[in-house]
Order: sequence, then C-alpha cells, then structure tokens
Amino acid sequence: MLPTLGGRIQSRIVFLAIIGGIITLILTPILPLGSGALSAKYKTTFLILLTVIVLGVIWEFIYHLIMQWRWEKDWPTFFGLVTLINEGVVVYLLADYGIVPGIKAHSVPLSAFLIDFLVIWICVWLWVNGPMRVVNVRWRFHGGRLV
Amino acid sequence: MTNTPDLPGSIDPSMPATIMRSRPAKPAASAEQGAAPGSGDLTDELLNTDQWTDAMIQRAGIPVADIPFVSIGGGIGSFVTVDYLRIAGVPANRMHVLSNLDFPWQTYEYLTRVSQIPRPERIRSDSASRPDNIWGFPSYALTEAFKEGNWAELWHVFAEPMWADFYTPKAGRVFEGLEREAKRIGWHQMLVKGQVRMVRKRQGGGYFIILTPKAGATPTKRVAYRAEYVHLAVGYPGLRYLKELQDFRTKHQDYHHVVSAYEEHEHIYEAARTKPVTVMLRGGGIVASRVLQRIMDDREKYGTQTQIVHLFRTFIDGPHSPNEKTLRAWNKRSGSNGFAYQGFNYPKSVWGGQLKAEMRKLEGEARLTRYKEMGGTNTPWRRRWQAQMGNGRREGWYHIMQATVDDMRIEGDKIVSIANTRNGKLEIPADYIIDCTGLEADIAEHRVLKDLLDHSGVGRNPYGRLDVERTFELRGTASGPGVIYASGATTLGGYFPGVDTFLGLQVAAQEICDDLARRRFCKKIGTFRSISQWIKWARNKQP
Ligand SMILES: Cc1cc2nc3c(=O)[nH]c(=O)nc-3n(C[C@H](O)[C@H](O)[C@H](O)COP(=O)(O)OP(=O)(O)OC[C@H]3O[C@@H](n4cnc5c(N)ncnc54)[C@H](O)[C@@H]3O)c2cc1C
Repeated sequence: MLPTLGGRIQSRIVFLAIIGGIITLILTPILPLGSGALSAKYKTTFLILLTVIVLGVIWEFIYHLIMQWRWEKDWPTFFGLVTLINEGVVVYLLADYGIVPGIKAHSVPLSAFLIDFLVIWICVWLWVNGPMRVVNVRWRFHGGRLV
Repeated sequence: MTNTPDLPGSIDPSMPATIMRSRPAKPAASAEQGAAPGSGDLTDELLNTDQWTDAMIQRAGIPVADIPFVSIGGGIGSFVTVDYLRIAGVPANRMHVLSNLDFPWQTYEYLTRVSQIPRPERIRSDSASRPDNIWGFPSYALTEAFKEGNWAELWHVFAEPMWADFYTPKAGRVFEGLEREAKRIGWHQMLVKGQVRMVRKRQGGGYFIILTPKAGATPTKRVAYRAEYVHLAVGYPGLRYLKELQDFRTKHQDYHHVVSAYEEHEHIYEAARTKPVTVMLRGGGIVASRVLQRIMDDREKYGTQTQIVHLFRTFIDGPHSPNEKTLRAWNKRSGSNGFAYQGFNYPKSVWGGQLKAEMRKLEGEARLTRYKEMGGTNTPWRRRWQAQMGNGRREGWYHIMQATVDDMRIEGDKIVSIANTRNGKLEIPADYIIDCTGLEADIAEHRVLKDLLDHSGVGRNPYGRLDVERTFELRGTASGPGVIYASGATTLGGYFPGVDTFLGLQVAAQEICDDLARRRFCKKIGTFRSISQWIKWARNKQP
C-alpha cells in the first residue's frame, strides 16, 4: 500500500465499517459467545468493531509516523497484516478489563474475539490488496483516499 | 540528472516560475525549404506559420482526414492511454495512433533485450504495474501463481521488501498480456504507420498533425489529420553518450570496442567466451547492474575469465541522504560499493502515496530539489547480484572505483582511459567499454517537440522537459476547445515524478481520461463502469 495519512484514515473507517459490518452481521450468531439474547451478542460484537475503528484512527497516526522512517514512504503488504497483533491485543485487553463502554469485564470469550477479529482483519486486508482497485480506479493513486 | 540543460528564466513575468519559455520572442526563420504548392508536401507558408488554416493545407495539396483523438508515439504510453479511453467508452473508430512501431512494446522490448533483460528475465516494476490492465488486478504475481502454479510468488509479494527482493514480473509475461489487450481493444484498427513530422494549431480550434507515411504507401508525401485532442507519447527524445566516449567513437570510428548498453553488443559477450578480456563499465544504475549480471552469469556458466573495471562518477559507500550534507534518519537511502539502492527508479510512494501527494503541490526550484533527492542514479538491491559482486571483489575480478575520465587513447589492442580518481590520475586499460549511463537527449532534439517549442508556445518545466499541468495538458497549447496532452519521459520534472514507467503512464492516462470526461469526449470511469469493464477484461471481451 502507498497511503497518505488522510487516505489511511478514510480507508480504515470505510472498509472496517462496511466489510467489518457485513461480517459481524453474518458471524455473530455462530460465534461462541455463550448463552444470551442475540441482540446482546450483536451489541457486543458491534461495540468491538467500533472500538477497532476508533482506536484504529489513532493507530494510523502512529503508523504514518513509523512510515516516515522508510525511504520509500510505503507500507508493505506484510505490515498491513502483522499490525493485527498489536491492535488485536489492545482491543481485547480493553474489552476484557471492561474499559470499552457497554461491554462488561470478562464477558467476551477469547475464542469468540479471535474468530471475529481475525476474519474481519484478513478480509479487509485481502480486499485492500486487490479487488478494491476494481471498485475504484483512482483509490490506489490517491493514497487510499475515497473522497 | 546530468542532462538538464541550462535554462533560461521565465520570460513572461505573469507565468508561474515553473514555466520557462525557451521559445524565442520571434520564431526563428525555418531553415527548411518549402515544397511547391499543390505538391502534397510542406510549403513555405505552412513551415513558417504558427497557426494553420484549412485553406493552407488545401493549397499545399495535402490530403486531410478528420479524427477526434490522435495519440502520437504508439509505444507503451500511447497504449495505456488509448486503453483507458476505450474502457471509458470511446469507440476505436474515433481514435488514431500514429507510430513507426508495429506493436506497442517494440521499443521497450528492444531496449530491455539489448540491455540484458530477455523475455525470461524479470523487469523493474512491481506486481500491480500492469500496462495491459488499468486496475492492476489481478496482479502479475497472482496471475503467475495461478497460471504457472508458482505459489511462491505470492509469498514473495507478501514478504517484500524485507525478506525478499521486490517481486517483478518476467518481461515475457508483460508482452503476452499486452498482446492480448491490444487485440481486445482493437489496437491495429487504430494504428496508422508513419513518422509524425509536426503538430500545429489550427485556426478555429484543434490541431493539424502531419504524418509522413512510408515512401510509396500514399499518393502524397504527407498526409494530415485534423484532430481536437492530441496525445504525445514519443518516449525518449534520443540517447546520449558520455562525452569522452562519443569523442573517442567519432575520432577513431570505433563502434565496436566502445558501445552503449542500449545498442546491440552481444559481440562483447561472445569475445569474452573465446579469450580473457577486460570490460570497463561506466554508470551505476540498473543497466550497469544488468550488464554486470550478464558478465557474472557467463563466468559461472561458461567459465569465462572476464575482468570487470567499474567506474562510478558518484560513488556511494553507505546510507545517504541525497543532496543533503547531513544524514537524516527519516530520509536516507541505502547504498554500498558505489551503488545507491532503491527498488524502483523513484521511492515507491511517488506512484500513489505520500510522495505523490507532496510533489503535486511543489513548484519550480522546490520541485527540482525534491527530484534530485529522490531520483538520481540508483539500482535495486537484489540478493543474487550482491552475492555475485561480493564473489567478484573477493576473487579479484571485479574492481570498483570512483572516477571520471578525461581522455582515452589506443595502446596496442587496448583502450586506455585516463581516469581522475580519489588517488590521482590512473591509466586504466580495457578491451571493451560499455556505457551504461543511459543519458537522455534534450527534448529539442526530437523534431516534433522542437516544432512545438518553436511554434506552439510550449514551455519547459524546471527539469528542462515539457511543461505539463497536473492533468498532463501541455501548457500553452490550448487551441479553441482543443487540448494537447503529453506523458512519458518527455514530461519528467512535472508534478508527478513517476511518469516514465508503466504505472506512471497509467496514472497520466487516468488524469487525461478524467480531463477528457470533463470535456465530454468520453465517459467517467465510475464504480459501475469500472466493475463491468473489468469483467469484460477478465472474459477477454471487447470493451
Ligand atoms: C532498459 C529499460 C528498462 C525499463 N524497465 C522498466 C520497467 O521494468 N518498468 C517500467 O515501468 N518502466 C521501465 N522502463 C521505462 C519504460 O521505458 C517506460 O515505462 C515505457 O516503455 C515508455 O513508454 P513510452 O510510450 O513513453 O515510450 P516508447 O514505448 O518508447 O514509445 C514511444 C515511441 O514513439 C515512437 N515515436 C517517437 N517519435 C515519433 C514520431 N515522430 N513519429 C512516429 N512515432 C514516433 C518511437 O517509436 C518510440 O519508441 C524501462 C526503460 C528502459 C530504457
């Protein structure tokens, strides 16, 4: 990826919201979230998605800063995948300690979180590294900006 | 960057500093003799008039054809532009490509082949730089994985550039893709063969393009096209040699022992297989790396005993911040043993990211400075090349040095270069000298461009090449509703540094296509058109 800061943030919000939203919608009923009403489960998974988006915007500033130390000012494909580790850990810890508003402490099983988070992350990563270029021919030349 | 000519300053104070008019206040009287009226050739009237009328062409007896869009060049630059426009809904019968080439990759294939990239070798652009596919999807790596079952290539793209060299496609695959796409968009229907002589503005709007078809192909010596939109993609205006090499060649009429890497020079590799020879290389870019690789491969394959002396004008010995005295942690390029290393000819993000956005805003001197920092001579760091060169240095058959050459002479059967090195003057004998500097000629050496500079108000950018807008419109050439666009090496120095590459030509094509959509010549490629056209591409159906 060859992002600009603005492009990073726009892409992050839009792809996580759309792709992440669709996956969350499909996946939540079959996630090992224990017993309880489906609406409560949806509330939890969408809150987690929202957390990933909001924190993600902060992360993008950090990534942008790190990128300044790269001569090519690029963001290798691998970086786009491996950042799931730091981001995943932080989001899970926040959820588990009950810091995410609306999610009770220790209420999200690790297995459910991992499945949900990994599936979304990998799908978004695959999307931005290929098919997105077909949906918008200007996106890749504009640093990931959509508007 | 040695070929930037000394530039005159802006002569029109109302123009931004980036426009440096080289146009004389009064066009110099043409030295060329005009032909007689009615002869079907250029008359004095035509040669000496900046803006032509339909009647002038008629008086000269030159037949005229109307066509809304003409692309001049017919190489990769024309190809990707016409490809974009076809996808944006322009039918093949509304566009002509005027070219002396039989197929778009002809010049490119020639240059890569002689500079040691035959079809099975890999070129120097990334997986998503696909001149046969405006979307860059599926990428070359993905195609290679599927078609050849070469799944390692996907790992390659994933791990680059940290644990693997940048993935680059094989030249042969690029050409096959271009061939398929050329058929799909009806390239040969649009192609008109011949040498373009000039483009002049037409009174009343648009342009006349004068083409010289092959002798005998048409009843008149010239034919004219009347077009509203013109696209110039003439590639390199010409190649230049290092001055001392050119002088030597001219003086001794020796085109055999002193060659350019862009000429056929297979005889050198053949000679090396019959006897031990010393080859001197000049230049530290990708072409030098390629020639080196060939010599080193031959040593491994055929046990040749070739000695290599490699001269660098600028010798890079470590990480460096080009054009700056202090090394900046956040702005340093790696280098060693003479070479500056960079995956592609500019840092990757000039093709879409941060540096592209930054350059788009820069004017004049500030832009030129950034060009110097990011460009210059460089080559990719490739694992295999590093290993081979390391061997050569250890075993004593590969010698590198920082040097410029003052003079050359013949001594026995050797050519002796008198070199200025860090340790003073040194006489270096060699059997062959290969100029790998790839210097490009000034744009005024191209006849069509010279005519535009002299007659149509075209200016130069800070780098000395054609001055284009962000939309790739040639500044100063508007003629009524008509526009001239230019892309490729002739426009280097503009708001977008990556122009002379496949992907860069596509970036330019997209800007041109969007500008033409605003002018209602084609449709804008929005999401729906993009997806439906991609499906057509995938199914190999006409756009
Ligand atoms: C050795 C080498 C390797 C390269 N490798 C890569 C790479 O790996 N990846 C990459 O992206 N880029 C690479 N490049 C850059 C590459 O040259 C460009 O990407 C591309 O080929 C340029 O296309 P073009 O249309 O500007 O020029 P060309 O493809 O050369 O087409 C222009 C053509 O116009 C024709 N022409 C000129 N004047 C006239 C006239 N008056 N009338 C009619 N026809 C005319 C000429 O035949 C000329 O060849 C390489 C360049 C070189 C020299």
